[in-house]
Amino acid sequence: MRVGPPLIPLAATILCGCSSWQSALDPHSAEAGHLADLFWFFTAVCAAIWILVTASLLHLGLRRRRDGDIPREDSPEERRRKMLIVGALVALTAVILAIFSFASFYATRGFAWANQTALTIKVKGNQWWWPIQYESRDVTQIFDTANEIHIPVKRPVTFDLEASDVIHSLWIPDLMGKQDLIPGRNNTLTVEADRAGLYRAQCAEYCGLQHAHMALYVFAEPEKQFEAWRGHQLAPARPPASGKAWQGYRVFLAACAGCHTVRGTDAGGQLGPDLTHFGSRAAIAAGELHNTQDNLSNWLADPQSIKPGNYMPRVPLSDGDRAAVVAYLQGLK
Amino acid sequence: MSAAAEPLRDSALDDAALQSRLAQIWGTAPGFWGWLTTVDHKLIGRRYIITALCFLVLGGLAALVMRLQLGRPDNTLIGPDLYDQLFTMHGATMMFLFAVPVLETIPVYLVPLMIGTRNVAFPRLNAFSYWVYLFGGVMLWVAFFFNSGPDAGWFTYVPLASQEYDVGNRSSIWAQMITYTELSGLAVAVEIIVTVFKMRAPGMTLDRIPLFVWAALVTAFMVLFAMPAVMVCSTMLMLDPLLGFRFFDWKNGGDVLLWQHLFWFFGHPEVYFIFIPATGIVSAIIPAFAQRKMFGYPAIVLALIATGFLSFGLWVHHMFVTGLPRLGESFFTASSMAVSVPAGVQIFCWIATLWGGALRWRTPLLFVLGFIVNFVIGGLTGVMVASVPIDTQVHDTYFVVAHLHYVLIGGGVFPLLAGIYYWFPKLYGRMLDETLGRWNFWLAMLGFNLAFFPMHILGLMGMPRRVYTYQAEMGWGGLNLLSTIGAFIFFASFVVLLANMVRSLRRGETAPDNPWNAGTLEWATSSPPPPQNFSRIPVVTDVEPLWDNPQSLPTVDGLRADRRELIVSTLVDAEPSVRESSPLPSIWPFAAAMVTSLTLFGSVFTARAIEWGAIPIAIVFIGWFWPKGAREEES
Repeated sequence: MRVGPPLIPLAATILCGCSSWQSALDPHSAEAGHLADLFWFFTAVCAAIWILVTASLLHLGLRRRRDGDIPREDSPEERRRKMLIVGALVALTAVILAIFSFASFYATRGFAWANQTALTIKVKGNQWWWPIQYESRDVTQIFDTANEIHIPVKRPVTFDLEASDVIHSLWIPDLMGKQDLIPGRNNTLTVEADRAGLYRAQCAEYCGLQHAHMALYVFAEPEKQFEAWRGHQLAPARPPASGKAWQGYRVFLAACAGCHTVRGTDAGGQLGPDLTHFGSRAAIAAGELHNTQDNLSNWLADPQSIKPGNYMPRVPLSDGDRAAVVAYLQGLK
Repeated sequence: MSAAAEPLRDSALDDAALQSRLAQIWGTAPGFWGWLTTVDHKLIGRRYIITALCFLVLGGLAALVMRLQLGRPDNTLIGPDLYDQLFTMHGATMMFLFAVPVLETIPVYLVPLMIGTRNVAFPRLNAFSYWVYLFGGVMLWVAFFFNSGPDAGWFTYVPLASQEYDVGNRSSIWAQMITYTELSGLAVAVEIIVTVFKMRAPGMTLDRIPLFVWAALVTAFMVLFAMPAVMVCSTMLMLDPLLGFRFFDWKNGGDVLLWQHLFWFFGHPEVYFIFIPATGIVSAIIPAFAQRKMFGYPAIVLALIATGFLSFGLWVHHMFVTGLPRLGESFFTASSMAVSVPAGVQIFCWIATLWGGALRWRTPLLFVLGFIVNFVIGGLTGVMVASVPIDTQVHDTYFVVAHLHYVLIGGGVFPLLAGIYYWFPKLYGRMLDETLGRWNFWLAMLGFNLAFFPMHILGLMGMPRRVYTYQAEMGWGGLNLLSTIGAFIFFASFVVLLANMVRSLRRGETAPDNPWNAGTLEWATSSPPPPQNFSRIPVVTDVEPLWDNPQSLPTVDGLRADRRELIVSTLVDAEPSVRESSPLPSIWPFAAAMVTSLTLFGSVFTARAIEWGAIPIAIVFIGWFWPKGAREEES
């Protein structure tokens, strides 16, 4: 119940034919591709070195044993020969390391194109979820969301990284290496997805009790689809569509609005994730649960047993009220 | 007593009489009081090793519980709070209470024997250091059993470890445990340096010092320069809550990254506190099992020193994803890679020595070869994580967990096990069993690789380190299960080792003085060595003195046979300069460690503990250092 195969229709369509979930070796961007190439280059050279060392040790074991009187030291010729070999190996080591260093240096130089991106997204790290803000010079174009990022494909996007409590680290292995979110500092990360897809990101820096459940979904979408999504996100929340949802709305305002914002309503709390378009999101609790009715209901019933230690308290609701809140939240498409 | 009476000297006695006389003078009194007051480096060294091995077992058990939890997805065996304490305890125990102490203090036992003297330079300081270390380790584990085990990771990053997020002084306990272990670590470093510089047997010039002793010396110097950094940052961490300092409080002008710089300035050399003595063990074993002198002795010495220097210029490679300037990071890529050159020099010299020797395939040699095979993997993945771009992907993932265990277990524990099999006969006078030894080796090889190799792949598949569980849909379940099975096999190999030791102590084959026909001085004395180590101090004529003089070593005489006395020699040529007296057993080190430890423990909770603790500390140290009035040295 807590996790199953990806069931969410939205995710399913995008996931179709795409095996990647969260892997550094399944790149979906040019940068992650370079990193994977560099990784395989290092691995090949290192594997060759390891095989040579191991083979030389195996040779010691397999060769004919020399018994009897072996002098305590090498003869001068033998010693000269060994010195040549060892010297050559040391020189070779130095050359390989120099090549590695230059290859690394040139690979990092490619990262430095962060300034001409069209889109800037502020990603914050909180224990244990991700507040997201789409930035713009035009204040009417700014909006908040949480735990889910949509980006257009084939366009570089800059993430402004900040932390408000402890250190976190944003890692979307399919797209890019990681970068820390450090309290009191500003870091940036630039990402450009090659292909449409759903990429999972996870906090990579140990940040306390629920470090294990601090994931983030990145949807890379064709430009038009992305613009449509953005337009929808800018809009305030839909009004409740049914009587049950109206009941849920009233319970929500009384029990949940202290921490959560739903734009277009009186709910303006800042402690928890913005829920304006919660119904359109793929997951609950920073990637821990898929956003289904059952999961949401269980989550509302006891967030502490699902994600022990997180800051969402257990709010006592009757079964009817809880079902109503679920209906309301799921309706916030 | 009176200046007129000529004191009794060793030249006046025959071998047997001298032997029993010195054994009595240098001996430790039987019973509890003797146990508490001894200053014999062999007893204290052995104590250190056994205590560290006990911590190894505790740290290993913590790891097994974690592996059980991770064995399958969404496991609910233990919760996040206990898991976080466990991985912090595992890391802190293995680094600060097991690996560094055991590899820093095997030399406490061996160095005086290897350089031909009768005790370390400051025997009472040595005793003091052991008690402080013991109390610190016990405090950490007692805190854990009271649910106050540190939970911010073994490198305890702020702000997670700061007051605001620290429940129940857990991080302060960690910080204070650091103070205990660093205090003892610094004391041992000072002893080793002075012992090696000033107490070598006549004739042991710099180029005749055993490589193991060189390694211990280089490590001691590194400890001296690196440990103050961590003492500073752990003290700063405690000052924040105790006295309202704001070193790491970013909201009030403090800096979060300051912690990382200070910690890793110590933390990276710390890896080499483990690796360098381990290479010293390897350099001691290889000549004995190839029955020939080490190829490239000067190259290895220079490589050890170079590693020591370079290890201080690498710390930033732990911080590649914190957003430091790229050009600076590239410098640290180059320096991190450069440190593999001296490591390569050592490995090539070892193989060159083995190549062409008449190898004797006993357990110590097996562990040495296992060390090379495993450590090379760790070294090569080290080169990979040293590359900034690759590190941005693998940093803080299971790839790094795999890497660090290949370096520390492959590069530290395998040589340690080799050393245990090699020197156990010297310590206890009994051989370890060869068949059990082989079981131990192959189980360790299999279990270790099964436990840690899959972690490389898990890291690349996106598994971050320090997660207490993971979802089934991530697809990490199979490899994690494999790793858990490997961890249990690896643990079983240590059970075999323990069984081997117990069996050997009860009814093991009696060990001769020199069971491996090795060439260094510790094999010149009996197994186990007498309290005075050597009744007559040997004269050293070669780097492998026993091979140079197979019949009997030349000796010097003229030392007094009526008090503890040893030779102080010159730094470069080891020419005897004065005869110095060596301290008798004393209760002061224990008492001093006791009051120091209580004060440190109290200061976890209140700064007043320092003020009140200063009084008993002052009394005890005045007692310890009260002038004795006797002449300590004679030329």
